[in-house]
Amino acid sequence: MISRIYVAQESGDSREKILLKSWRELGLSGKPSAVSILDSYILDSDLTKDELDKAGRALANSVVEEYFVNELPTKKKFSYCVEIGFLPGVTDNVGNSARETLQDLLDQDLKVYSSKAFLISGKLGKNDAEKIASSMYNPLIERAYIATGKELAKVKTLPLKAPVVKLAERKPVIKISLNVPDAELEKIGKEGIMDPDGTRRGPLALDLESMKTIRKYFKELGRDPTDVELESLAQTWSEHCKHTIFADPIDEIKDGLYKTYIKGATNLIRQRKGSKDFCVSVFSDNSGAIAFDDEFLITHKVETHNSPSALDPFGGAITGIVGVNRDTMGFGLGAKPVGNVYGFCVGDPADKRPLYRGKNKQQKMLSTKRIMDGVVKGINVGGNCSGIPTVSGFIRYEDRYRGKPLVFAGTVGIIPRKVNGKLSHIKKAEPGDYAVMLGGRVGADGIHGATFSSVTMDSTSPATAVQIGDPITQKKMSDALVKEARGMNLYDSITDNGAGGLSCSVAEMAKESGGVKVDLEKVPLKYPGLRPWETWISESQERMTLAVPKKKWEVFRRLMENRGVEATIVGEFTGGNACQVSYEGKKIMNMDMKFLHDGLPSKKLKTVRHEKKYKEPKLPAGSARTQIFEKLFGTLNLGSFAFISEQYDHEVQGSSVLKPVSGAGRVNTEAQVFRPVLGSPKGAVLSMALYPFYGDISTYHMAGAAIDSAIRSAVCAGGSLSRLALLDNFCWCSSNEPERLGELKDAVKACYDYAVGYETPFISGKDSMFNDFKGYDEKGNPIKISIPPTLLISAIGVMDDISKTVSPEFKSAGDLIFLLGETNDELGAGEYYRMLASEQKKPFRSKLKSDTEVGDAIGNNVPQVNWKTNTKTYRALEKAIAKDLIASAISVSSGGLAIALAKSAVGGMLGCNASVENLPGNADTVDAKLFSESQGRAVVSINPKDAKRFEKIMKENGAHFAKIGVVSKNSGFTIDKAIKTDVKKLHAIYHKFSDSQK
Amino acid sequence: MKKVTAQKSRVSSKKKTRAMKRHVKPRAMVLSGYGLNCEEETKFAFDSAGAKADIVHINDIIAKPGMLSEYQILAFPGGFSYGDDTGSGKAYANKFKNHLKKQLDEFLAKDTLVIGICNGFQILTNLGVLPGALAVNKNGRYIDRWVDLKAVGKSPWLSGIKKISLPIAHGEGRYVGNKKDAGFVYEEGEICKFQNLEKNPNGSMHDIAGVLGYKGRVLGMMPHPERAMFFHQSPMWQKEKEKIKRSGKSASKIAQKEGEGLQIFKNAVEYFKK
Repeated sequence: MISRIYVAQESGDSREKILLKSWRELGLSGKPSAVSILDSYILDSDLTKDELDKAGRALANSVVEEYFVNELPTKKKFSYCVEIGFLPGVTDNVGNSARETLQDLLDQDLKVYSSKAFLISGKLGKNDAEKIASSMYNPLIERAYIATGKELAKVKTLPLKAPVVKLAERKPVIKISLNVPDAELEKIGKEGIMDPDGTRRGPLALDLESMKTIRKYFKELGRDPTDVELESLAQTWSEHCKHTIFADPIDEIKDGLYKTYIKGATNLIRQRKGSKDFCVSVFSDNSGAIAFDDEFLITHKVETHNSPSALDPFGGAITGIVGVNRDTMGFGLGAKPVGNVYGFCVGDPADKRPLYRGKNKQQKMLSTKRIMDGVVKGINVGGNCSGIPTVSGFIRYEDRYRGKPLVFAGTVGIIPRKVNGKLSHIKKAEPGDYAVMLGGRVGADGIHGATFSSVTMDSTSPATAVQIGDPITQKKMSDALVKEARGMNLYDSITDNGAGGLSCSVAEMAKESGGVKVDLEKVPLKYPGLRPWETWISESQERMTLAVPKKKWEVFRRLMENRGVEATIVGEFTGGNACQVSYEGKKIMNMDMKFLHDGLPSKKLKTVRHEKKYKEPKLPAGSARTQIFEKLFGTLNLGSFAFISEQYDHEVQGSSVLKPVSGAGRVNTEAQVFRPVLGSPKGAVLSMALYPFYGDISTYHMAGAAIDSAIRSAVCAGGSLSRLALLDNFCWCSSNEPERLGELKDAVKACYDYAVGYETPFISGKDSMFNDFKGYDEKGNPIKISIPPTLLISAIGVMDDISKTVSPEFKSAGDLIFLLGETNDELGAGEYYRMLASEQKKPFRSKLKSDTEVGDAIGNNVPQVNWKTNTKTYRALEKAIAKDLIASAISVSSGGLAIALAKSAVGGMLGCNASVENLPGNADTVDAKLFSESQGRAVVSINPKDAKRFEKIMKENGAHFAKIGVVSKNSGFTIDKAIKTDVKKLHAIYHKFSDSQK
Repeated sequence: MKKVTAQKSRVSSKKKTRAMKRHVKPRAMVLSGYGLNCEEETKFAFDSAGAKADIVHINDIIAKPGMLSEYQILAFPGGFSYGDDTGSGKAYANKFKNHLKKQLDEFLAKDTLVIGICNGFQILTNLGVLPGALAVNKNGRYIDRWVDLKAVGKSPWLSGIKKISLPIAHGEGRYVGNKKDAGFVYEEGEICKFQNLEKNPNGSMHDIAGVLGYKGRVLGMMPHPERAMFFHQSPMWQKEKEKIKRSGKSASKIAQKEGEGLQIFKNAVEYFKK
């Protein structure tokens, strides 16, 4: 018997007003006058009336809520009811929590499904109700049910139907003959294995070359592969897992980009640093780790979660952040997550142009605004619910991200150097250990996630690739693992179950012991009917894989059971060199570990370089720049995003030192400091930087600027150049095109040059190579939108004394303002030129791939980094900070000097009086002086009494610097005669967009 | 909807069970499990204040219910128990009620102290230990910021505290209840003035930020005192640091100077030392 319990909030719930407001923007023909929101719980179990009442009381807070059993509240008349629930099989966190509560209460097994119902009054038609529904749900994961008040008055309740997953009975395992013509072989690789009913399963993302290698392997074995084997290979060999583009030889670089430039840089730097090398575990584990102090290591990892976020922004982002938390828990013997970071690259939320994945305007994409709201909310729920402070983040807006948004999610962890007397970053599954799956269960969600993100997104992109994270299941697991099991020495090895699911995590861990045997029928499922290949590769979330010694299993099992965490033995690690998988006693996979991991044929990649030449924008006449400066300060990429920072808990764990927003005027900081070990004077400094628009001119200088900015921001906050490590995240597009590969090669080369120059080693990285959208525009014409090649550089460093932290806002009237570094005429692709270019935009020339959407007058003088000069500046600044001479420091980045001054002023709510007439460097126009984005610069303010000592340090260290002004007593903000405005006005401009999003 | 009813302690005449001697540290149990997540910093706060705090998973007390009687202080820390999925604090409170109602009543009947912070406060109202309820913030969104508070009730937790600034971080903190139960109210103070913020961040009735019960022995509050243990946690510390430097004082180790929140935990320890 199915029942429903409705829980109604007291009327006047603030969410009602917010909803009504958002509906008014939908262009309805009618007018919704009021709405009441109901939480609905479908209970698919036989319960007595008493039990249902008991359940109702447990689900409703009697002070502000009321419950109703099998009957909608009728106090208020309504014209329409819109119900939004999940599609069968989609993670329903609310349903799960309700189930746990009610099972505990009623002491019996239950099935509970949640939904929300909106009872809308006012005059409105069916069309309006449909519009309202579609503004609230995502058909890929949710269902909407619409009924009129009249209809419901008769039946009294919403349908008593449970969204149960029913999978048709299918053959569990099939064999696939690869003795087919090459064309068919290629099709299997591209579109997937054909099921007996004639449908294809979705991309394996294996090219013909790889398929031929597989054919040859099985030919030698004298048998056909099973679907499990093929799917498994596709996961293990996917671009997502193997990073083939970074690994394969490219042009003259035989060892590939990663080994030569990224790892190569780190190896060289570690050598040079000698006894001062702070790297402990780099590139080999789920996160990279450096020394924090004598007792602890600090880890960092930044992931991308782009493809799923385009389809379901909320699910994509929450899965991204909760997933990267597991890269921390999966580091060494399990690190504790102590800080989250995020980054979004999205389209302009005001952009209303629709996009479709299918022909004839089918499969409409979500609007840019909904994508932005969705990804922001995903990190909100994932981070806040997990009790991990969201320390750092950024958002960038550009039209080319509207087809495929980028979502970066990262986690910093902390782990004692030694656990139970053993080095904590070393782990090894031993032959005979149980292979144990921990955490959530396996469902059809997240099938083909790894292969999906290795291809361009189009109409065939699988909806099953979308998952929704469940932070509470993971929190329980994380606590039980890191806070209890680790200290009890209950396992030999641990890793995350991420891309490729068990097929990757188990087979990867098996490398430590030699091999593995798995019995797939033992894997706990969310619902019956999954085929073995689906169980094997599903990316259902919140799971870890562990190697547990047999004699410790019982203690481990009991601990997990007591903490409400499901632990299951799914197999055993062996000393052999085979990956063997059985299902109900039948062997369905038996592959050589060497072929599975190293059999992928390498490709020779070739690149082409093409120089790009752009027009110079027309500059404004005269020297008055107030208006244009204010306009620039109000552009999306330079303004505040406090609306995001302030809805993320950045103070949990009590570690906050330099917050995401700072000062009286709440300016967003470019580096953050936190204190991961309570009681220790040491801190960790984090920063992130990216300049995707520079890549329109040169990806080499784009990469250089990102590295320089990440380092500079960290140093400005109190970090030390000699204690900084870097992480790279490459998000590229069309990476099968030689031009794009040429741009990639340039960028990676710059990573080497600058990392080695600054002696800042890379410790971890990730790439996502096919961020292209292929679909149809508002007229139904085919369109391809590629993201601009985007490189995110994250920096992490250790500070010995958090008391030395410096924030970016001005502190005190009368303080002197200095600019460090040289200002050159480097306005190309900067925010100022981009704004001018978009104003002077010529008809869009679609032929050139590299054309920016702001038009082609972005100039050519892209900022170039001189690490030798900058090193002197940063060392000098470090020394001045160590001597407590710096009252404020801000890195000069996008928008140039004028914008940096404005941010320091707004942050402190103090004006300034500055002159840019005499600046070191070759900038000689007012535009270049104000807005050039030359790297290596910082603006600092200083107590006049300290000025002499400060100048002495600068000179001694050979840093370029100039005194450019003074923090003023009033709120006036002036730069020579060029800019004359007021800090209150600037504050309003800075926060305008952000405040509109609250 | 039902009327808000305040629950008052009727146990004042109970014999005091202050077995504590001056040199013995009072014991504080800090609960954990199912998504509570501030237990470590809350333990740190109690330990720093001179208590001996243990983090105890709810399932461990359920397995050994007698252990609650070994403690003088019970803390429901902040977090996201059950993800706030069926309403904040509800599911954890249900679990507690289902298994530990008797032990909780016994604990409250003795001369003990209880604190619920943020999610812990939400749990205490759902348990019926404190009156009222916490509803969705008026802007419908989760907020992390600092607030200024005025202590208004009489409670051992509040001794010597008149005004205090602490951080909040919650989505459901709009208090619905009666003025007479208030322990803390939001008030415009130095943080609000500094960052030009609204004094009441979530639309709470009567500006209530914290509530007292059992003659002040039970305190529930949305703001997080355990996140204000040190100077460096305050949004004003950078500005203050400059002032201190300019007054000629040393800024060395300034970040680790004591924060305002510690007093609340010290008060709890003092209570058992009298």
